[in-house]
Amino acid sequence: MAEVKEIRQHKSAVTYLLRFFVIGYLFVLVVWPLSEVVQRTFAPVEPDAAGGFGAFLERLQDPSVTYAFGLTITCAFWAVLINTVFGLGISLLLVRYDFPGRRILSVLIDLPMSVSPVVVGLALVLAYSSGSGWFGEGLESVGIFIIGSTPGMVMATAFVSLPLVIREIIPVLEEIGTDSELAASSLGANAWQTFRRITLPSIKWALAYGVVLSLARSLGEFGAVKIVSPGAEFRGETATLLIQNRYTNYDESSAYAAAFVLVLAAVLALVVVTFIRRPEDRT
Amino acid sequence: MTDVLAPPAGPARTRRPSGGPFRLSTASGIGLGIGLVWFSILVLLPLAAVVGAAAAGGWSAFAGTLTDPQTFAALRLTVVEAVLVTVVNAVIGTVVAWVLVRDDFVGKRLLDVVIDIPFALPTIVAGLVLLSLYGPDSPVGFNIVNTRTGIFLALLFVTLPFVVRTVQPVLLEIEVEAEEAAASLGASRFTTFRRVILPSLVPAITAGSSLGFARAISEFGSLVLISGNTPYRTEVASLKILKFLEGDNQAGAAAVAVLLLLVAVVVIVGLDILSRRVARRG
Amino acid sequence: MSIEISGINKSYGDFVALQDINVSLPTGQLTALLGPSGGGKSTLLRIIAGLDTADSGTITIEGSDATALPPQKRNVGFVFQHYAVFKHMTVAKNVAFGLEIRKRPKAEVTRRVQELLELVHLAQFSHRLPSQLSGGQRQRLALARALAVEPTVLLLDEPFGALDAQVRKELRDWLRRLHDEVNVTTVFVTHDQEEALEVADEIVVINQGRVEQIGTPDQLYDEPANDFVMGFLGEVTTLGGKLIRPHDVEITVMPQHDDAIQGVVSRSLRVGFEARVHVLTDDGEEVSVVLTRSHARHLGLEAGQAVWVRPEPGALAVPSLRAVTA
Repeated sequence: MAEVKEIRQHKSAVTYLLRFFVIGYLFVLVVWPLSEVVQRTFAPVEPDAAGGFGAFLERLQDPSVTYAFGLTITCAFWAVLINTVFGLGISLLLVRYDFPGRRILSVLIDLPMSVSPVVVGLALVLAYSSGSGWFGEGLESVGIFIIGSTPGMVMATAFVSLPLVIREIIPVLEEIGTDSELAASSLGANAWQTFRRITLPSIKWALAYGVVLSLARSLGEFGAVKIVSPGAEFRGETATLLIQNRYTNYDESSAYAAAFVLVLAAVLALVVVTFIRRPEDRT
Repeated sequence: MTDVLAPPAGPARTRRPSGGPFRLSTASGIGLGIGLVWFSILVLLPLAAVVGAAAAGGWSAFAGTLTDPQTFAALRLTVVEAVLVTVVNAVIGTVVAWVLVRDDFVGKRLLDVVIDIPFALPTIVAGLVLLSLYGPDSPVGFNIVNTRTGIFLALLFVTLPFVVRTVQPVLLEIEVEAEEAAASLGASRFTTFRRVILPSLVPAITAGSSLGFARAISEFGSLVLISGNTPYRTEVASLKILKFLEGDNQAGAAAVAVLLLLVAVVVIVGLDILSRRVARRG
Repeated sequence: MSIEISGINKSYGDFVALQDINVSLPTGQLTALLGPSGGGKSTLLRIIAGLDTADSGTITIEGSDATALPPQKRNVGFVFQHYAVFKHMTVAKNVAFGLEIRKRPKAEVTRRVQELLELVHLAQFSHRLPSQLSGGQRQRLALARALAVEPTVLLLDEPFGALDAQVRKELRDWLRRLHDEVNVTTVFVTHDQEEALEVADEIVVINQGRVEQIGTPDQLYDEPANDFVMGFLGEVTTLGGKLIRPHDVEITVMPQHDDAIQGVVSRSLRVGFEARVHVLTDDGEEVSVVLTRSHARHLGLEAGQAVWVRPEPGALAVPSLRAVTA
């Protein structure tokens, strides 16, 4: 019988107290501040700033703002592409193959998510900056500059979102097992055909989920990018860096306009991700 | 229940599938090689460079940096704030998960989505979100800029989902029969919670708290605008690293970074051990 | 009377789970609630325990009205199909739980736990976690935990349903012996008629939310109140429009009796020591007959053979009114 058991239906004063507390807590911590951002995006409190949707769009059309969003999208695109290819490969290897150091690798893969973004940026600087990095001089001699240019920012973005695709795919790969893959190869499919016709269709939702998560994380990366980027207007200033720069330079309305776009992107990602989860839940 | 954009219950784990795993073939061996090279270029070598830079000046230089009063104050503040936030989250996160799983009211699904927002927002935006209500010219007349309360609030915001999202699935899976058994043995609802439900949540609370603690220790983006970065008062570890770096003191930055790195590694390895132990208990 | 159930009704929306249930269960008796899945027997057990509440009707336990009492105050022991042991507690802690809730002195708790673990043969596992026990051991642990508080009644909901056939049989015998030793009023729910016939003093047959019959195993088997009970308690076949047990059909190769019906063997197969013969009568009935192998061989029954079938004298036959679901 599907009905909720009576022991869990019982509602006492404590139930309502907890409910009230949780709603209040989330309202004060998240909902109210968020609504205030929307408010300030369209009705800035700065004395000389214009309000309304038109003014909001105008702020976004400022060349330095479009440059910042363009750079953010470029970095996110490459980081997500790299992470997807790498994530697919490593997940398959970790689940389907046995090799020395397999368990250590599976633990290390998670490390980038837990490392402070500042440490990520610092690590990349210490390895690749042309002045003081381990490999900086060698790269400089062949004309490659990583720190202070777009490749460094792509690397920083890829670093912080590295495990997201892998985390989503691995559990699914484990669950589906190898039976149908073995069946396919016994029917004469080669490795690529097996992957494309058997493995990929069963992990496509998990993969899509991981890609959306990576994209959301990449669009919003701040700390690691801040350290490896020159961070000046039209020179390595991404959307998140722009928000910081404008806010600290008393151009709040631009900061809020850019922030609002990123909030929208985040909410969109949440919605997309909810819809991706659905078909999976149905099975 | 959606666990959108939220941290999974512990790191991704590889269990041995029944059919495999297979030995590496030439093709998969090459694939693994390429993967490892990229992983090393992107992650391992740079992190090694941090450890190298911290160790370059020897133990005394390393210890000297960390015991410098200003650095030490930043580290202490970071740890104290992280511990406080973790304790609050362990309690409130469990309560939130409880309400989301056990209670039923209009708008509950919306609340479930709200939990994910702090995680989905870029960190700098998270800082801005809090400042819009609790910053200068705050409509509620409450300015948190350059205060320890501000740091606390920012950390509370960005770590909100950790405990909630690790406890929620475990709470969903608790058998109703165990609670009924406790009731028919005479246990009150509170006793049942304390002695039957809570103990089964402890591993999840621990896992979520550890993840939250690691995040709080290393948090940067949301604090940039809020913490005024005043030495001895509102300067935290990650901002201290930035300050070292801007002052061209890479050894100093690396020394603090190594500490943060260590916390991250300890948490990850600890969670790995915890999840294996829980899996064994069944 | 230990438990007095009167006028119990329970519906879930449009679905009527129980309809006007009246049952008395005497002290010290082992009663089986028998019936097909979804017939309402588990719901009745849960209502006795206070885990579900009836829409109307009363439950009296040991003379006092328990209808409105919460499960905590009914002093019943409940054993679930899937054990519901506390996974994070050791075997001994599980058994001690109810006693600790009742704030019994430490020494008494220790002694009682030891006694019970010996009773269920788990004394050597007292420091293990439930995950280290087999299914049968977990169920014995659940039983010990329920018995620890000296309940007025012990209620078991499909207690052996999750176990494999071998263990189920062992535990069934063991439950009977345990009951004779402890002598607590016991009610257990099962959909397995063999289990009920073997273990119970009295059986309550419940189907579609109604009590079909109450009686001892012999009464139910020999004098079923209706075709449902007859069909549920054993194999049946139809002969001359009546339900009859296949081993009660007399089969001959010559027309020896006036009341015998003629037919043709459509199929004959051997199952272990018995033979199973299907006869298609001239009336178009498909009768199944069970006889010993030697008897079948003696008669030389093969497909196509003309035969005569009739109920053995004194055989039980019940008019077939509705479809048999068993």
